[in-house]
Amino acid sequence: MTGAPTSSACGFEMVAGLEVHCQLATRTKLFCGCANGASGAEANTAICPVCTGQPGSLPVLNGAAVELAFKAGLALECRLAERSVFARKNYFYPDLPKAYQISQYEDPFALEGGVSFQIPGVAVEAGGRASRPPSGRALAAGGASKRVRLHRIHLEEDAGKLLHAIGSRELDGSLVDFNRCGAPLIEIVTEPDVSSGKEAYAFLTALKEVLIFAGVSDCDMERGELRCDANISVRRKGDPTLGTKVEIKNLNSFKAVKEALDHEFGRQLGVLQAGGRILQETMLWNADSHRTEAMRVKEEAHDYRYFPDPDLVPLVAEARLVERVRGALPELPASRRRRYIAAFGLSEYDSQVLVSERALGDYFEEAVKGIPAEAIKVAVNLITTELLGRLNSGKSTIQSCPVPPASIGGLASLIHDGTLSTRLAKEAFARAWETGKAPEALVAELGLVQVSDEGQVKEWVKAALQSNPKAAADLKAGNDRAIGAVVGAVMKLSKGKANPGLVNRLIKEAASS
Amino acid sequence: MKISSEVVWKIARLARLGLSRDEAALFESQLSRVLDHVADLSRLDACAEGAGAEGAGAEGAGAEGAGAGPGLSNVVRDDAPAPFSGREDILANAPQREGSYFKVRKIL
Repeated sequence: MTGAPTSSACGFEMVAGLEVHCQLATRTKLFCGCANGASGAEANTAICPVCTGQPGSLPVLNGAAVELAFKAGLALECRLAERSVFARKNYFYPDLPKAYQISQYEDPFALEGGVSFQIPGVAVEAGGRASRPPSGRALAAGGASKRVRLHRIHLEEDAGKLLHAIGSRELDGSLVDFNRCGAPLIEIVTEPDVSSGKEAYAFLTALKEVLIFAGVSDCDMERGELRCDANISVRRKGDPTLGTKVEIKNLNSFKAVKEALDHEFGRQLGVLQAGGRILQETMLWNADSHRTEAMRVKEEAHDYRYFPDPDLVPLVAEARLVERVRGALPELPASRRRRYIAAFGLSEYDSQVLVSERALGDYFEEAVKGIPAEAIKVAVNLITTELLGRLNSGKSTIQSCPVPPASIGGLASLIHDGTLSTRLAKEAFARAWETGKAPEALVAELGLVQVSDEGQVKEWVKAALQSNPKAAADLKAGNDRAIGAVVGAVMKLSKGKANPGLVNRLIKEAASS
Repeated sequence: MKISSEVVWKIARLARLGLSRDEAALFESQLSRVLDHVADLSRLDACAEGAGAEGAGAEGAGAEGAGAGPGLSNVVRDDAPAPFSGREDILANAPQREGSYFKVRKIL
């Protein structure tokens, strides 16, 4: 794609770690009662003395943010620290009205987790739910398992937002909106376990799935609810010491992370192979030019002078609280995937697609309730092709799907017992989508029921063979491929209602008689 | 504890303070005395009887613990919106504003 060298080029390997900021789905900010998620609203409408740092104001921790943070910790297989402490990170910037950010430093609330995932053997760039790879099984066949360990997760408040231009109009100053300032974030820091851009992409996809499943965050990247920085270094394969690392910022999408890592690997490799040295620096990813660019060098290294915030008491992971959070944790994507494969006999690929969104998996489970085991695969096909195809092209979500899950199950059963051909089922589904009527009712209403009456089908086959003498002759001569033309003619005569299995059998019988 | 003049200049730079030479010298001795005083305090056993309100030390509330008193933890509020009505008062404090934005010197 990018022409970047592979991650193990010339005996060198990429060593990368990610820092992911995720905005918690609370109603209010981390330390005050201002609305969380008002970033799209009119500027500075969700502000108060606490989040704008007015003298004398005091922060009070949001209990729901703590529960969501703990939920994230448990869902990401972390150990919750018995006790964590809020600290002040001091620096001057116009988006930070207190001149310090309340974060956690020496004592984060969660430690040592991990995310296990599959790295697809095929391109993942498209990322769409139903963007089936060329071969639907490629994922299972070409994929590899990987685990990226988490170093820590800490809880902190967001900063405000700076605006340098309004549309194309450059401003003579910068504008500040504090609606986002004080919003609750968790920062997830990985170990340096990532060794390619593709791995980073797959990890982030899996991480996002878990966070959404657990209800920790909506992870809407366009709204900045999930943000990522990357640290990358290069070393000789097998060398136990790490190379000098470069930090890359401004990664606004998973695709940007992938491309930036691959590009930066190539750049560092070039420097090392030319006998140069890597400088420890911070770079920005330029998504337009597809390059990493050195940030203006700061006059001095950051010195945040962290110290425990005297306005806040320690956060203790009390057993009762932790057990309540653990009890409220839903089934997570990985175990759901395993269950779909074991209980429903789904392929790795199908289970992956259905698990990609919690509501989609719920829909699937509702759809296959009480239908014969053999019809489950049929239902899966209807969901992954007909339903997701329409949702994707209409840019709508499963929540707004006009066809209830039970109807999918109904259609799958009708296909399974031979009442409907797949083609007719698709037609019924299409009408159901437009009208909102139950597909089973539409089948009768539209006269879509498959014709399995042997006498009737025989007549169609006879007529079809007569009108396709060349195909008929080829078939007689033993050329099985000619059958397609005859089947097509029968389907045309029957308006698509002839039972395809029966049609095939009767054509073969007619040809060999 | 003696604070060196280099440390004073570094702190001044981090705090965006422009100091004269005389002021730097004054702060050098004053900051040293502040630290000496804290060193005196840290020789006291804060966990000793009568030092804390309720069973101090249960959470290992040493000197690095947050300042709101030993033993206290998990003070949280409900996640209930409490909009602030004095938004205009806050904006009115802005040295410069543009519409509902605070305006600052150009940052890029």
